[in-house]
Amino acid sequence: MKTNNNRTTTARKILLGVSLAALASTANAAELVISNWDGYMAPDAMDAFKAATGNTGEVVKHATNEEIMGKLVASGGKGYDVVFVSSPFAEVLNKLGLAETIDASKVPNLANLYPEAAALAYDPGNTFSVPYTWGTTGLCFRSDLVKAEPASWNDLLKPADDIKGKTTMLATDRWLLAAGQLADGFSVNEVDPAKMEQVKNTLIEAKKTLLAYDDTTFYSKLVSGEAVMVQAWDGWCNYGITDNKDIKYVIPKEGSDLWVDTMVVMKASENKDAALQFINFMLDTKNHAWAAENILYKVPNKAAMDSLPAELSTTYPNMAMPVAELTKFEVLRDVGDSQKEYSRIVSEIKAAQ
Amino acid sequence: MNTSRSTFLMAPALAWLIGLMVVPCGLVLALAFFQRGTYGGVDYTFTLENFARVFDPLYAGIFLNSARIAGIAALIAVVIGYSAAYAIASCRRSLQPVLLFFAVLPFWSNYLIRTYAWIVLLNREGLVTQFMRWFGYTGEPPSMLYTEGAVIAGLVYNYLPFVILTCYAPLSRMNPELAEASRDLGGSAFTTFRRIILPLTLPGIAAGAVFVFVLSIGNFVTPALLGGGRFQMIGNLVYDQFLTANDWPFGAALSMALIAIMMLLLLVQAYASDRASTRTAPVREDG
Amino acid sequence: MADRSRAARQAGTTVLVLVFAFLYVPIAVLVALSFNEGGLPTVWSGFSVKWYVSLASNRDILSAALNTLIVAVASTVISTLLGTLLAIGVEIRRRRGGALEALVFAPMIIPDIVLAVALLSFFSMLDLTMGLHTIVLAHVVFNLAFVCAVVRARLKSFDWSITEASADLGASAFTTFRRVTLPVILPAVVAGALLALTLSVDEFIIAFFTAGAGRSSTTLPMQIYSMIRFGITPEINALATIVMAVSVIALAISQRLNRGMVGR
Repeated sequence: MKTNNNRTTTARKILLGVSLAALASTANAAELVISNWDGYMAPDAMDAFKAATGNTGEVVKHATNEEIMGKLVASGGKGYDVVFVSSPFAEVLNKLGLAETIDASKVPNLANLYPEAAALAYDPGNTFSVPYTWGTTGLCFRSDLVKAEPASWNDLLKPADDIKGKTTMLATDRWLLAAGQLADGFSVNEVDPAKMEQVKNTLIEAKKTLLAYDDTTFYSKLVSGEAVMVQAWDGWCNYGITDNKDIKYVIPKEGSDLWVDTMVVMKASENKDAALQFINFMLDTKNHAWAAENILYKVPNKAAMDSLPAELSTTYPNMAMPVAELTKFEVLRDVGDSQKEYSRIVSEIKAAQ
Repeated sequence: MNTSRSTFLMAPALAWLIGLMVVPCGLVLALAFFQRGTYGGVDYTFTLENFARVFDPLYAGIFLNSARIAGIAALIAVVIGYSAAYAIASCRRSLQPVLLFFAVLPFWSNYLIRTYAWIVLLNREGLVTQFMRWFGYTGEPPSMLYTEGAVIAGLVYNYLPFVILTCYAPLSRMNPELAEASRDLGGSAFTTFRRIILPLTLPGIAAGAVFVFVLSIGNFVTPALLGGGRFQMIGNLVYDQFLTANDWPFGAALSMALIAIMMLLLLVQAYASDRASTRTAPVREDG
Repeated sequence: MADRSRAARQAGTTVLVLVFAFLYVPIAVLVALSFNEGGLPTVWSGFSVKWYVSLASNRDILSAALNTLIVAVASTVISTLLGTLLAIGVEIRRRRGGALEALVFAPMIIPDIVLAVALLSFFSMLDLTMGLHTIVLAHVVFNLAFVCAVVRARLKSFDWSITEASADLGASAFTTFRRVTLPVILPAVVAGALLALTLSVDEFIIAFFTAGAGRSSTTLPMQIYSMIRFGITPEINALATIVMAVSVIALAISQRLNRGMVGR
């Protein structure tokens, strides 16, 4: 039987171990700390970055925008140099004074971007953020299991009888609402309370025939046939297409949102020049093309997109979407005070029985 | 003398709690009295509107629904967990730690993959359905996933070991002579259980029920994965306010309301537990 | 009498079999999926050990697993110590105010996200360097409340007169604790410690917020949750299987050693 003395000694040993581990972690501290989604960058990107510029960097992961935003807001951005967040969140970081201004003279590869990518509504001129990937949200479906190719958001929200209970929608609030907003003919940044009330009712009705709200396993549901039509980001639908050639992607006639994932330098960063070098590195043609080829998302980098092999666009048609067409969709903006209403509406939808 | 010794024993833990819980949380919860800034920061204008918003019937409805689901999960978990703890405590002394170990072992895997395993089981054409088909069932696959039942099953599953551990604690040193004496005096097994064993182990049951209830009500992963996001629990709600809506003041107000209600329930439970234990005579220990 | 106890024992065994079946069926699925050829968590496509192979070279997952072990053990040891002392301190009082009870229950009731965000803001305010140690600090907060509750449940039926007797016989407070109180409450303390360990090993949100930025302070739940976007590969199933297998082996070894010592 362990006596009290043994326990104290063990406790001391463990405390020592933990302190040493903590000290070690600060001693080996990488120069740059970058927060990104898992698999969103090449696994050897940081080694290549070190070879190219001499700076070291460490990539930490976040699973959702909301998590990393919570951390940045709570800590004032301390500890991070570059973060990858979606456009409305980049906007919030800027409004809260947490984002550093991008010095374009230190990022020559900005020239690789399409002109449209420097004229995005949430950050015209890319003053505090640099776009990394962009795309649309539409309907991903099993062409062999649905009678007709879907053409409208209402095909998802008011499904035909044979596909009732076999549809999913995205769970993240902005995209959940966007489906309803677009179906009802409104903007994806709509703030008029009466219009949002209508959207809310549309979506509560739609819930009755829905299988689930799913952000993460919807394409495996498509592959297994449990779902036949899902709301999906274009890149994700490509993963389904990889596993099953009958899966297709379509943008409904009411349109889509233009989502943009961006890179932001934190004002609290102590390595801003190195951070800008990193962004420049990511905008390099070859590095940026990696993203397109491996994670199957479109990138706003003209040089990179032009360098892609032709087969990519034949297997994944949405990769070939012309930029002019892409940028006519509305970009997601932060909706300011109406964010409270948005959250309330989503809670009401999710709580509805 | 007891009081000063008591204070001495409690001091390190209380210092930890005050420094690392009361102070930081106090600072955040105080934000309930201020407004959300337009872009999500805090606008330090005093207001009580956050508390007014808490009384919106939507949130009351969500809270009651969460409490109902958490309550059912707690009830089921306690019945199963207590039975298991009792069975373990009745085994050979040397076997008991092994059984306890195997009761918690599954929970050293990861919450997410355990939940995915449940999805594999409860899927429309998942293992449970295939099992039923094997026995000749030919109807429509039963919809088990994305229902309230799936959420409750997931909650019970994930918190069962806590109940087993908690109920085991008071059962572990039950004096078997007491039970024998009761039977010798003519009491049936059921009476022995009801009037001797149950009251002595009630604090364990109460604590276990509290654990499951409290952990379930704040859980936001299980409703999202097993419930398909179709159910909004209080855990999701608070999480959403702080992270998605970036509305710390309202999140703080909601948390304060939640803490107040739960605190009330727990204090009632603690008081009742105290009364129950002082009414029974202290048990002689074998040591 | 004999019949009744045999029936009782059979009932007990049946209960245990059913409960452990309930606990382990999903685990069996989980282990089976670690040998899945395909990468989808819900579709079986054939047998393969490739995930075990790729796990061996996955530095991220392995270092996260080690970090989780360090954090869990450290926070369990500290919280078991503090929680047990707290429980005894509370129970020997004749009168406990509502404030004390509230304080002792609070860590369980405060929503995780509030504690997470509050601690991060607080640590930032104090300009503290974050790392595994800050996760331990945070985990102890809720762990000690659970340990305290479990030990208190045991202490409610504890006969304090034996401690008084020990004191009357001249034993110091410490000796009384070590040789009279502790042996009696030890199963509850161990149960509380197991509970704290289990809570810590699988805890995500507080760890995410109170960790430093960097692979050196990423815990396993953080690593796994971050993989959710591109799908959790069966590497995680492989890891879980290994963790459970190693734990069982560790238990078997400790049982063998115990029996060896007793036999001698």
